[in-house]
Amino acid sequence: MTDSPKKKFDLKRYIQDTQIYKSIFRHGYSTSDRDRAMTVLTNVFFHLHPVKVRKSGARFGFTWCAGGLSFFVFLTLVVSGIMLMFYYRPTVEHAYNDIVALREHVPFGIMRELHRWGAHAMIITVWIHMFRVFMTGSYKPPREFNWIVGVILLVLTMLLSFTGYLLPWDQLAMWAITVGINMARATPFLGHEGPGASLLALGDVQLIHSGSDVRFALLAGRFVGAGALLRFYILHCVAIPVAVVILMAVHFWRIRKDGGISAPL
Amino acid sequence: MAEEKPSTHNTQTAPAATPKPPTVGRRTFLSWFVVAWGAFAAATMGAVSVVLRYLYPNVLFEPKMSFKAGKPDEYEIGVVDTHLKDKFGVWIVRDNEGIYALSTICTHLGCTPNWLPGESKFKCPCHGSGFTKAGINFEGPAPRPLERYKIALAEDGQILIDKSKKFQQEKGEWNDPESFLVV
Repeated sequence: MTDSPKKKFDLKRYIQDTQIYKSIFRHGYSTSDRDRAMTVLTNVFFHLHPVKVRKSGARFGFTWCAGGLSFFVFLTLVVSGIMLMFYYRPTVEHAYNDIVALREHVPFGIMRELHRWGAHAMIITVWIHMFRVFMTGSYKPPREFNWIVGVILLVLTMLLSFTGYLLPWDQLAMWAITVGINMARATPFLGHEGPGASLLALGDVQLIHSGSDVRFALLAGRFVGAGALLRFYILHCVAIPVAVVILMAVHFWRIRKDGGISAPL
Repeated sequence: MAEEKPSTHNTQTAPAATPKPPTVGRRTFLSWFVVAWGAFAAATMGAVSVVLRYLYPNVLFEPKMSFKAGKPDEYEIGVVDTHLKDKFGVWIVRDNEGIYALSTICTHLGCTPNWLPGESKFKCPCHGSGFTKAGINFEGPAPRPLERYKIALAEDGQILIDKSKKFQQEKGEWNDPESFLVV
């Protein structure tokens, strides 16, 4: 048996022939265009991506990888944010001490700084991405819808930073949110000091007052307190991230549907 | 043949000689269509308004907007009283003419200034706005004086302050007799 000429054992081929491997990867990576396309199409993560990318479009000098970097930073923020949630309690009694403890008492206490720097980095990369898209004219038809989705994502990115700002519950956080939330007070029709709010009245009864406007809904009160901390925590950790993830999926999908990354003119 | 076709004009003309599956005419269908969509839209609007109303609790654990602040003779002339600042957000100031209740909300961006007795001014820690004892802005970015609240004497002789009514100097409202208490 051993002296008969036999093919050398091929570990790679052996693994690729197992049922487990075949059940996960439906298509091999061969050089035929069809198989290459199928590799992308049959993968739930890849299929959001364009099947083919122009060589010119993939050039670093054209895209600066700014959109991809934004996504990468977002993933970092999701992971580090979930790590922070294991220790942080969004109550007036605990919030500040938990943030201090995250740095002083927890191994790899850099996690909180990573989350904070990541938030700064994401704002920067998103702006760079927007600047690149604008300067390369990639907002033009057929990509105008995706530009709008991107603008909403930009606003949500900044709202994520704003809601996260309150959570350390220190003096900076308190007053930054006190100042920032006054914008809601001046929102047309929705804020009690905004233009048009005084028009919304039934006889003598004001419909929009300091206890019924959009600022109140965000703060759960008339000033920044325990209710505001909890609402900002939920907005920061659940509501806005869910919206961002859904819009990101649309954003990536539309790149593909709108003909891939735009080509240099 | 005619019996096989679903009636498009009048659903009542179909003879009931033989039992057959009931047919729904176009008009009947359309009216139910409208009812169904109307019900769906109403249910959705109802659900959305429930969620919106849910965000506004019925009970608030905030200090009252209207409160009593002791007898007028508990306040010294020329002194800014800060003991109600933390709880109710007012300074009570007595001068030679009377007593007024100043709002502790900076008119720049809404922070809370501090009363500095040594320099005899209110100084905001956020962006450095300064206000005189009367509440007039004189330094920093604050665009207008501090607001005053409605102040009156209650029947038991105590000072009654109502924060739901504000008086702004730039509108000439500080001349309003409700904006200060003559003692």
